[in-house]
Amino acid sequence: MGGAEIIAILVEKFGPRIQQTKPDAIDPYVVVDAGDLVDVCRFLRDDPRLQFDMLNCITGVDYCEPDPAKAPKAGFEPHLEVVYHLSSFVKRHRFVVKVLLPRWKDNVPGQLPEVPTVTSIWPAANWHERETYDLVGVYFVGHPDLRRILLAEDWEGHPLRKDYVFPLEYHGIRGR
Amino acid sequence: MATIFPPEQEQIIELDVRTDEMLVSMGPQHPSTHGVLRLVLRTDGEVVSEVTPHLGYLHRCAEKIGENVTPIQFIPYTDRMDYLAGMNMNLGYSLAVEKLCGLTDKIPEKAQVIRVLVCELNRIASHLVGIGAYGLDLGTFSPFLYAFREREMILDLFEEVCGARLTYSYVTIGGVHDDLPEGWVERCSKFLDWFEPRLEEYHTLLTRNSIFIKRTAGIGVLPKDMAIAYGCTGPMLRGSLNREKGDPPWDLRKIEPYCGYDQYEFEVPLPPFAETPVEAVIGDAWHRFYVRMKEMEQSARIVRQALRKYETAKGSHRIEPPRHLPPGEAYVETECPRGQMGFYVVGRPTKESVPLRVRARSSSFCNLSVTHEICRGCLIADVPAIVGSIDIVMGEVDR
Amino acid sequence: MGLLEGRFEKGGVVITTLEQAINWARQASVWPMTFGLACCAIEMMATGASRYDIDRFGAGAFRATPRQADLMIVAGTVNFKMASRVRRLYNQMPDPKFVIAMGACTSGGGPYYKYGYNVVKGVDLIVPVDVYVAGCPPRPEALLEGLMRVQDKIRAMHDLTKRQPLDYLVPTRSGYVQLPPEVETLQKANEYCRRRKELSTPAKV
Repeated sequence: MGGAEIIAILVEKFGPRIQQTKPDAIDPYVVVDAGDLVDVCRFLRDDPRLQFDMLNCITGVDYCEPDPAKAPKAGFEPHLEVVYHLSSFVKRHRFVVKVLLPRWKDNVPGQLPEVPTVTSIWPAANWHERETYDLVGVYFVGHPDLRRILLAEDWEGHPLRKDYVFPLEYHGIRGR
Repeated sequence: MATIFPPEQEQIIELDVRTDEMLVSMGPQHPSTHGVLRLVLRTDGEVVSEVTPHLGYLHRCAEKIGENVTPIQFIPYTDRMDYLAGMNMNLGYSLAVEKLCGLTDKIPEKAQVIRVLVCELNRIASHLVGIGAYGLDLGTFSPFLYAFREREMILDLFEEVCGARLTYSYVTIGGVHDDLPEGWVERCSKFLDWFEPRLEEYHTLLTRNSIFIKRTAGIGVLPKDMAIAYGCTGPMLRGSLNREKGDPPWDLRKIEPYCGYDQYEFEVPLPPFAETPVEAVIGDAWHRFYVRMKEMEQSARIVRQALRKYETAKGSHRIEPPRHLPPGEAYVETECPRGQMGFYVVGRPTKESVPLRVRARSSSFCNLSVTHEICRGCLIADVPAIVGSIDIVMGEVDR
Repeated sequence: MGLLEGRFEKGGVVITTLEQAINWARQASVWPMTFGLACCAIEMMATGASRYDIDRFGAGAFRATPRQADLMIVAGTVNFKMASRVRRLYNQMPDPKFVIAMGACTSGGGPYYKYGYNVVKGVDLIVPVDVYVAGCPPRPEALLEGLMRVQDKIRAMHDLTKRQPLDYLVPTRSGYVQLPPEVETLQKANEYCRRRKELSTPAKV
């Protein structure tokens, strides 16, 4: 099934809760609000026409230009995206769901933006969400075990943020 | 029973073995965890009740590097992710960038054939290490030596092609870096003539070895539904499928052909197999191992066809890629030896040469995330056998 | 006359110092630790496997525990999470112990130097290193050469007499590279490079 048809099914079911659709992109996607994510994902998995039973990847993308001189020409407003790549074992099609977030919750630096977890729908999300939390800094509400997965437990900051400052030393070992 | 107190305060102490739960940390330096995986086992005596994998001992910041360097400069880093299958990783990233730039249909036929050729050879080399090291985990040393003998021959072929033994950077954006050298086709087919009869030796050494069957059959059983829910792919998933129940041959080379894989004749080995020992059940460690053995046969078959195709292939080995990435995003998955390796590339809206984000969806990462389910209730000695059958490469898990 | 009568005629005796004899025995049985980190570990395995066979130099007994090992081959990138473990493994090894930093990452960060926020820029920031082997990853021959340099170092030790070790090392065994005929001279090599570059030029779209 093509991306346009999947989008049509989703729009028919959810109506205005689908915030944005892009059927002509390389990988067609829809944008949903963080609050609707679990409903949309459960529908995508359970609907007999779609049957997205495999979660391939969860990615956090930080849209931000740390250099203030380049920021006006960057072509985007600073925000975060969480991208879910889905595929279906039975139907053999793929789809992308996106959630747009502010870079910081309530624009307070240090407060991580929040997304509900999809671990209950796909167990594969468990580690992917931990990794996204670790590297990009997105808080997954309701995750059973949200700890850092790749970096050390006492690491500070989220390295895949564009304004991340590289550490000069870690426990006495110089980093530069 | 023994009485050790005087009779007036008689007390009977049963000399029974009381067991407590104990936490055992396995790794990061452990000979059978394939690198720097750390497993924390909660054990009661010999029985493992819970396994918690701890990752990140090889986190090398590949994704941060990817968003700071141009795609061509990032190719060497993809080699170092899955260092056993550098060609396949190069191919995955190249395909993602080509998809973003709209080059997918413009790659010349010759480049496609060479890509298939080197990727399948690398799949053989990777599986050879996989089964050799698996034998090593289970305590047999000789398959390792034989596997490395054949692997060195493949590495010699790769060295002629690109000069490196392990980190090739040969498949690049727009094709492959060089044409094949003179006489390479003959040497490659000579190698295949040598290699194909050797597979039977491995079957004798491992597949039909009764100790090996006892160690692997029936342990670490992964049901199909769980494999799909956890995103397991590759031999890990295919070892759990059942051809007779109508499961599709879940191999991206068959179901989403890239690089012209649809023009090659090959089969995707799926259980049940004719050679299955009676103890083995579908989805156990033995089946995962045997799927790899069968895949090597099929890869050799594809290489033979590709060698024939190369003689008549038209076009150049490479086309010039554009200097700047267009805005947009592309996600491509390819079938690597360990499963579906995905690359997600996001271009900047201002058309720069550096991407905004590079994400590698690692197959070993997903395959490993199911460990705590399949290791529950096994013996400690079975943990290396199960983890070895997943065939992880920590460079790819941690990136 | 007694014990020494007729003992020297057949050439069966070597006179040496005890220290040299111990060093000779020690250098011929360097036991490395099975300690693979990343890509270089595969080359280390290849060095131990059939074609290169590190056992020819007495270093084939890969020990699973650091307490039985003399040589730590740090094969692969060390990151901050791993650093304390590497140091602990080094501390667990009995003296005398030797460290080979194998590959670019362990020698100085390698390709991860600039953007590797989590990578230790050289394992010598954590443990003392005896021999650095260059390459990414080094070929098995290079690792064997590194092992020989460790053996030179062992031969120069003065453990027993508590003297300072020799400040220069005498390489006893070494390899050399035989160039293929097409790149023998500088002129031929330049010509070869030019031709290769022409051949690998991509076509225009």
